[in-house]
Amino acid sequence: MLNQVKQSILAPYGMQEKDIDTIMDNMLSTRIDEADIYFQSSHFESWVLEDGIVKEGTHSIEKGAGVRVVSGEKTGFAYSDRIELKVLLEAANNVKAIARQGYNAQRKIATTADRAEYYPAINPLKSLADQEKIDLLRKVDIETRKLDHRIEEVIVSSVGVDEQILVANQDGSLVADIRPLTRMNVTVILADKGKREQGSMGGGARTDYGYFLDQNKAIEYGKEAVRQALVNLEAIAAPAGNMTVVLGPGWPGILLHEAIGHGLEGDFNRKGTSAFSGKVGERVASELCTIVDDATLANRRGSLNIDDEGIPAEKTVLIEKGVLKGYMQDKMNARLMGVKSTGNGRRESYAHIPMPRMTNTYMLPGKDDPEEIVKSVKKGLYAKNFGGGQVDITSGKFVFSASEAYLIEDGKITRPVKGATLIGNGPEVLTKVSMVGNDLELDPGVGTCGKEGQSVPVGVGQPTIKIEGLTVGGTSV
Amino acid sequence: MQNQEEINRLKNLVQDLLDESKKQGASSAEAGLSIDNGLSVNVRLGEVETIEHHCDQSLGITVYIGQKKGSASTNDFSAGSIKETVKAACSIAGFSSADKYAGLPEKDSLATEFSDLDSCHPWNIDAEAAIKIAIECEDAARSYHAEISNSEGASVNSHQGIRVLGNSLGFLQGYESTRHSISCSVLGERNGDMQRDYWYSVSRNADKLEIAKAIGIKAAKRTINRLGARSLTPRQCPVLYSAEVASGSIGSLISAISGGSLYRKSSFLLDALGTQIFPDFIHIHEQPHLKMALGSANYDSEGVATAARDIVQDGILQGYVLSSYSARKLGMKTTANAGGVHNLIVETGDNDFFAMLKQLDTGLLVTELMGQGVNQVTGDYSRGASGFWVEKGEILYPVEEITIAGNLKDMYKNIISIGNDIDYRGNIRTGSILIEQMSIAGE
Repeated sequence: MLNQVKQSILAPYGMQEKDIDTIMDNMLSTRIDEADIYFQSSHFESWVLEDGIVKEGTHSIEKGAGVRVVSGEKTGFAYSDRIELKVLLEAANNVKAIARQGYNAQRKIATTADRAEYYPAINPLKSLADQEKIDLLRKVDIETRKLDHRIEEVIVSSVGVDEQILVANQDGSLVADIRPLTRMNVTVILADKGKREQGSMGGGARTDYGYFLDQNKAIEYGKEAVRQALVNLEAIAAPAGNMTVVLGPGWPGILLHEAIGHGLEGDFNRKGTSAFSGKVGERVASELCTIVDDATLANRRGSLNIDDEGIPAEKTVLIEKGVLKGYMQDKMNARLMGVKSTGNGRRESYAHIPMPRMTNTYMLPGKDDPEEIVKSVKKGLYAKNFGGGQVDITSGKFVFSASEAYLIEDGKITRPVKGATLIGNGPEVLTKVSMVGNDLELDPGVGTCGKEGQSVPVGVGQPTIKIEGLTVGGTSV
Repeated sequence: MQNQEEINRLKNLVQDLLDESKKQGASSAEAGLSIDNGLSVNVRLGEVETIEHHCDQSLGITVYIGQKKGSASTNDFSAGSIKETVKAACSIAGFSSADKYAGLPEKDSLATEFSDLDSCHPWNIDAEAAIKIAIECEDAARSYHAEISNSEGASVNSHQGIRVLGNSLGFLQGYESTRHSISCSVLGERNGDMQRDYWYSVSRNADKLEIAKAIGIKAAKRTINRLGARSLTPRQCPVLYSAEVASGSIGSLISAISGGSLYRKSSFLLDALGTQIFPDFIHIHEQPHLKMALGSANYDSEGVATAARDIVQDGILQGYVLSSYSARKLGMKTTANAGGVHNLIVETGDNDFFAMLKQLDTGLLVTELMGQGVNQVTGDYSRGASGFWVEKGEILYPVEEITIAGNLKDMYKNIISIGNDIDYRGNIRTGSILIEQMSIAGE
């Protein structure tokens, strides 16, 4: 893989490995703790069908390199879209001014170990001919429109990314990764008796477009979008107040991402700005909860072979039986906290500084039958699908918005209610988990996480869980 | 102070893109290009944390082959890359379907007059000077109060860029602009309760930024005010949106009356043109030519001439927010809003913030909102919030971990007044907004 990536990123600009050494030597002439050069090439395409026709497509190519020097807690960073020795040397000169402290890093002879590959090294853009991509969108549109005469609009889109990265570190290592990513989405708008509602479903993975043909996945997205819109047409006002909430399996795992995930990122904890700071070894969840961040799942949207600092991907236990085990780390924060990087150093692109980020974050299954969980609730809310969420990592307060939810009355799921925001306190919410289902599901592969202006693809997952007391933001007081 | 030589060089590149499109068989085309250079420094606890040197560039082309459309972009400006990018766009157009509404804007709608918007004020600042300002800002925050316990730091950013737009109807224009900001975020702690808040100032001209010290002090004050926050029991009560969060609810209006939402019928304000959507004292204008304003533009992202206009007058919706494509879909004329609105001004009443609190009397003052929680199709609204509980016009205590909910259609109709405490930092300028009643959930 390394040779293939060198060939596609460096060769077109006449750059060679010895040029990387030259830049690195330049940076190592000052006292630093870490230095890296990150090369990236990314081809992106998207197609959109609307009004029954493929209206447009876009294609973009971005290439560039970022040069970083870290010294103590200080980072100097510059980047360029020109992968040329002269330009990158100038960038190196700019950034090394930051280094006034730190150790004299030593160059070592890099060893190349065999690494696991959790997704295929392919270019998904080439996995189908353009005509086939369009035919797929058309087929989804036609099949979806057949489902209900009240459908007013269907929007089908697909996205494919062919990304290659190359990371050179101060220890002399040079590692590469090829990261395919695909995604499809179907949105429908339905109208009935003057009421209008929307439903949306999508999925994706680190693989090729064939993924959407397998088991008619793309057609199923359309069916699911229509089902959601129909449910929401019938929805009554959501309740307001604190109540027992049962979260369905899969995408509702966004709870974990917002409530605890961000708060367990190493940078916030090193700085002491997270509501979870200094809590390693403490109980932060009920003992039914074991939560991991796992970049090693095959073909998942959040998976990585290596992180953006070249560290091999890992499965990191964050919470084990309710006890906080550790944080997610990149190199700098790991060094400053005296631990090892957990392979969570990620960046949006060559033009961004890496920081600790989640990959696929999920809760391991428990032993409860999901039906029994619902049956155990006299009055509460069952939330099946969610939109986005947000967290204030310092106060620990987080929100996530249900897009499909139902009342639970006397142990039965009854009437659908309108989407509502759920709000809670991160360090507290998981202590209220009283039942965990045996039905772990991962999300369908559509998650994107934003932090400090940088977006990266992520995954979430969980089994059905019951939370004794979460605030539901409806209008029905 | 425009760098005309560089603008001309980039104009030539855009013309190359357009020429290449024609050569490759496009019947019409539009091309855009932008470059941006900048410096960002962040300091934390009195020490430099990051120094970032930014230099971004990208060019994009949209081609039409008859009524078929394709787009492509790249950050590689070489001649070879220009050819490849045009080829990719043409290839996509070859596969898309003919859309009778697709195409460039009408020629007579394109901008022909270009006033000086005073948008370019380079800040001659190096990393060292920027660090000094950031440290001054953070120091002011950290020394403001004993309960300020930690910091996320202060940052100084300065950006300068050029944008060029051209199309095959002969439009070819470019301009240079700058954008500078100072921000600060600090933490406070009281009895184990930790809170964080921030403040920032942004302007096209560094001389017009709030002074660093004042930004730090505001950030610290906001953090201290939040300490000891509690939740509220569910209730219905009046809600006052502070100016910095009020602009978001006006933002929801803009997306509801945008062409894309309207022709897709995914808006809670379908067919609302000419109808009463606000009380009759509400007037909202678009003023694209304000000097030095962040949202100012002589033309939209298609080159269509912008002009001042009323969007809401006496509470009645006067116009939509359209691009030439969405306008054709709706059988209307473009409103020069491809790419968004340009300086939306909500007319204010005579009340300052304290008079607004008096008018709120007893209810919730919201200063921060969390999550997405807005259904654009139905107008249903439910968001996480924090702020203050107010009784008889006096702030009693901070609140958090609550939600506020309602429906935007009702919220707009139930606006009681708009304060003159305008937040000038964004593209939407409004004062605080008082809404008669919303549902609060908590505890």
